[in-house]
Amino acid sequence: MEFSELIRTGRAQAELLRGPEAPPLRGTLCVTGHHLLLSPGPQATSDLWLLLLRSVDSIEKRVAGDSGTITLRCKDLRVLQLDIEGVEATLDIARSIEALSSLESVITSFPFFYRPKGLRLGDAWHFHPPEHYYKRVARETNAWRLSEVNEDFSVCPSYPRAVIVPRAVDDDALKRSARFRQGGRFPVLSYHHAPSGTVLLRSSQPLTGPQKRRCAEDEEMLRAVLAGARPGARGFIVDTRSSQTAKQARMTGGGTEAKAAYPGWKRLHRPLERGRPLQESFVRLVEACGDLEQSMDRWLSRLEGCRWLAHVKEALSTACLAAQGMEREGACILVHGAEGTDSTLLVTSLAQLILDPLSRTMAGFQELVEREWIQAGHPFQLRCAHSAFSHARPKHEAPTFLLFLDCVWQLGRQFPLSLEFGEGLLLALFEHAYASPFGTFLCNSEKERCLCEVRTRTHSLWSGLNQPKEQRKVRNPLYVLNPLAIWPSVEPQSLRLWQGLFLRWTRPPEPSEVAWEKVWQIVTDKEKTEGSQPTVSAPEPQS
Amino acid sequence: MEHIRTTKVEQVKLLDRFSTSNKSLTGTLYLTATHLLFIDSHQKETWILHHHIASVEKLALTTSGCPLVIQCKNFRIVHFIVPRERDCHDIYNSLLQLSKQAKYEDLYAFSYNPKQNDSEQLRGWQLIDLAEEYKRMGVPNSNWQLSDANREYKICETYPRELYVPRIASKPIIVGSSKFRSKGRFPVLSYYHQDKEAAICRCSQPLSGFSARCLEDEHLLQAISKANPVNRYMYVVDTRPKLNAMANRAAGKGYENEDNYSNIRFQFVGIENIHVMRSSLQKLLEVNGTKGLSVNDFYSGLESSGWLRHIKAVMDAAIFLAKAIMIENASVLVHCSDGWDRTSQVCSLGSLLLDSFYRTIKGFMVLIEKDWISFGHKFSERCGHLDGDPKEVSPVFTQFLECVWHLTEQFPQAFEFNEAFLLQIHEHIYSCQFGNFLGNCQKEREELKFKEKTYSLWPFLLDDQKKYLNPLYSSKSQKFAVLEPNTVSFNFKFWRNMYHQFDRTLHPRQSVFNIIMNMNEQNKQLEDDIKDLESKIKQHENKQTDGVLTRESLHSVRPESPTLKTSLCFKEQTLLPVNDALRTIEGSIPADNRYSEYAEEFSKSEPAVVSLEFGVARMTC
Repeated sequence: MEFSELIRTGRAQAELLRGPEAPPLRGTLCVTGHHLLLSPGPQATSDLWLLLLRSVDSIEKRVAGDSGTITLRCKDLRVLQLDIEGVEATLDIARSIEALSSLESVITSFPFFYRPKGLRLGDAWHFHPPEHYYKRVARETNAWRLSEVNEDFSVCPSYPRAVIVPRAVDDDALKRSARFRQGGRFPVLSYHHAPSGTVLLRSSQPLTGPQKRRCAEDEEMLRAVLAGARPGARGFIVDTRSSQTAKQARMTGGGTEAKAAYPGWKRLHRPLERGRPLQESFVRLVEACGDLEQSMDRWLSRLEGCRWLAHVKEALSTACLAAQGMEREGACILVHGAEGTDSTLLVTSLAQLILDPLSRTMAGFQELVEREWIQAGHPFQLRCAHSAFSHARPKHEAPTFLLFLDCVWQLGRQFPLSLEFGEGLLLALFEHAYASPFGTFLCNSEKERCLCEVRTRTHSLWSGLNQPKEQRKVRNPLYVLNPLAIWPSVEPQSLRLWQGLFLRWTRPPEPSEVAWEKVWQIVTDKEKTEGSQPTVSAPEPQS
Repeated sequence: MEHIRTTKVEQVKLLDRFSTSNKSLTGTLYLTATHLLFIDSHQKETWILHHHIASVEKLALTTSGCPLVIQCKNFRIVHFIVPRERDCHDIYNSLLQLSKQAKYEDLYAFSYNPKQNDSEQLRGWQLIDLAEEYKRMGVPNSNWQLSDANREYKICETYPRELYVPRIASKPIIVGSSKFRSKGRFPVLSYYHQDKEAAICRCSQPLSGFSARCLEDEHLLQAISKANPVNRYMYVVDTRPKLNAMANRAAGKGYENEDNYSNIRFQFVGIENIHVMRSSLQKLLEVNGTKGLSVNDFYSGLESSGWLRHIKAVMDAAIFLAKAIMIENASVLVHCSDGWDRTSQVCSLGSLLLDSFYRTIKGFMVLIEKDWISFGHKFSERCGHLDGDPKEVSPVFTQFLECVWHLTEQFPQAFEFNEAFLLQIHEHIYSCQFGNFLGNCQKEREELKFKEKTYSLWPFLLDDQKKYLNPLYSSKSQKFAVLEPNTVSFNFKFWRNMYHQFDRTLHPRQSVFNIIMNMNEQNKQLEDDIKDLESKIKQHENKQTDGVLTRESLHSVRPESPTLKTSLCFKEQTLLPVNDALRTIEGSIPADNRYSEYAEEFSKSEPAVVSLEFGVARMTC
């Protein structure tokens, strides 16, 4: 399909309003296959303005007289207004944007065309293969091996090619266990906590069904996990559904581990919100944040009503529970909900961030996102198809990844010196997860990414973010390595609305950004003054 | 002291306020003349000043002892369990006596001795000079003059002696106006904006009833508007809700009738009275004291308490003032009922928005001294310094501090001081350790000779200035000349560091503030070193006119340089230790964070259940 068929009109004169703070921009508006461009006249000082069409979440058009207005609500929560000369042009442009922003084909998406200067195709894609993490685990313990049972994605379509499993379990047993788990997601290692000799595992729900089926290989696998951990270790299964929901899942073939079948393991239920209710919570919060006129009472009651911060609290405290189980109780933890691709990953990734100092470094965090979200099969394409403004009926959308980023932000607020990355990185990840010129968040699984040749035909976000010019945006200047576990407070008084994200476009960002700039300045001054001492004594050799 | 029956009780438990599993520390409780002291088994000390105690409550006897709950005015809440009821009873009675004094002379300030001599004491009191402050503002001038009408407190007992009024307002007009104003608090100058030649004036409500007029009062208002050469009309801001003001008319009080005054624009801004504020805070504290509070209960509690709504109302009123002066160039007259609560809040905040001087450490002291202390905000009654009418207690000044805190959050670079400064001032309005906030008006303070018998807080804060500096402050930036805060609802946040200042586990575990402060200091030090070394190099170069720089001569610079030496050990000591000191709290233990319910789950499964599980498992195998 050619994009040109969808572009109804090439260009029009327009004025762009970008919120209360930024000055309006006048110029020629132009729709291309992937972008909306606004080119100010030759006399203008400002540069070309560019918007990735993929990032448009909803379009609203209005015409009056001989001009029209298009309101674009973007997936990164920005709201833009275009005043366009000519009714026909307005309608055509609106239709073009509508058609082009909702294209579903992956291989015609912008990342396949994006060829930025200074970056080479294939760079940074090799940064975080499963082998890489396995090497670290292998240094710490001998009880685990890297299995390539899923080499051709036939055992589990949503797992990567290689997964880390107990050494005592062979590939045939894995295949059988996979048949007993929804979507073939048999228990695999997520994190090895060396200080306590325990592990964090994740999987999907067992397919016990109404007959309460069992699977000897699956049971054997969990037994092997305990045997391979520190002597006498117990296990806890953290089910991210309520016990009632877990029980009900039996009717549709799912279920949860029977106590008797898994000796040494005990089940805990920590219901986390997911799916549509989570998406609705997000939508309602964004709605509330967009209303500048509301009274204090209304705002507080909407903040309460959307329940977003309650979800943050639940997610964080479940992760703390898992982390505490490992670090304090010396227990192995298996996390799963139903499919094991959403709240499961939320819990396992947050637990690592709490326990593992390495995952709080810039490289470690990128590795964590890559390993625990992208390669672990979080269906980004489905979950992030639409953001909070879309009028389309949500099908598979859910801001699970955003909830993760919010929880990380809360950790960063409570431990402002312990994360090597700053708010900027989290904001960038949010933006790119929903619409990006990079290929990192494309598709729903490694299998799909292989089919689309994402790794060879698009650029990796990590290579984009790790360029020197981005560093000031994404790094935390105050970082010092903190070798301890960071236990956050999850009391409501300690949790804050993430203003930097939810109010990013509605509040004047200036004062806090200027202040942050000042922090950078103080830190770099420090490096400079410290660094300049030798230059003062430099004359010495000359004498 | 005759009230103390037991001075020491051992084996007392201090409960964790938020723990759902009744976690506690065991230690010894001491009762001194001024403080309650708890030393736990790790030798950590908890000091509670008797004057800080708002209430003491003895709960029903439990198996482990007799619970004693102490709530403090600085929002500390401690929950002790005393093993023997007899001891608990003694302590309870002593604290009741000690926390409620009948006379000023029994307050801590009269026994507090910081080892200063008389002249130091006097200099401390002279540190803040309001006459100097009015001079800084630019009065007296051709339009405003110092009035001696109240020199002997004859016209108004709750005003200071020195008052500034329009030059054209004669004494009979002032006297006449004061008779028409509640408590004699006639319109006087609070802040003068030199560039705009506009003024913020303050007074109390007029005794207008339904129809009464007072020509002198009308003249005085006219004189104020005439004192502004640019804009002839002035705003009269009644900070009360309209309904309250109207109700006051039935009692012979009320508000200005626009028809009787020329050139005024009358405006209500709707800040609630002290009773509403008191119960609002009460509700807020109740919600936040709940164990295992859910996010939703927190926000619905925050909403129903109305606290942030009230804060926003005060802020909006102050913005109204600032805008009237900056945009319309108009003078403003502010009043509420008596003109010492809401009026003080609004006038001081308005001045703070307009004038960057009040955003410095010294300036903020001046502001408090001017609009709060000298104009007769009834600190002793509002803070309950003495055993008095509980209905007079209200967190009016706390609200002011909170508004300032919100401004510091919105403008992180506009204030010379930091949050710790606000918290410290809050601490001392209740501590009764210094004389500044004792009493209800200047006349009372003079009569009781506070300046001779007590010490002023301000010099002590200035000595400790380092602790209260905001490292991000940029004094020169023109951007922050006049603050224009945005009061959209989501800019108001719950001030955790105030209302939970003693609940350590709720706070961030690491402080950006300390780190930046230290870095800043290091930067300065190192820059000084560089300068020092550079100048020494230059000296040597100059000395050796032939330009031969020997290695020895330069080498001798280094060991001699004391600054460098100190800076190096400074670096070694502070760079890492800063982090380490923080780290001791930052790692914290999970139990601190009360995931305890989960901890219980872990421990629950331990002895009985798990072994049973293992047992069952063995049988099935």
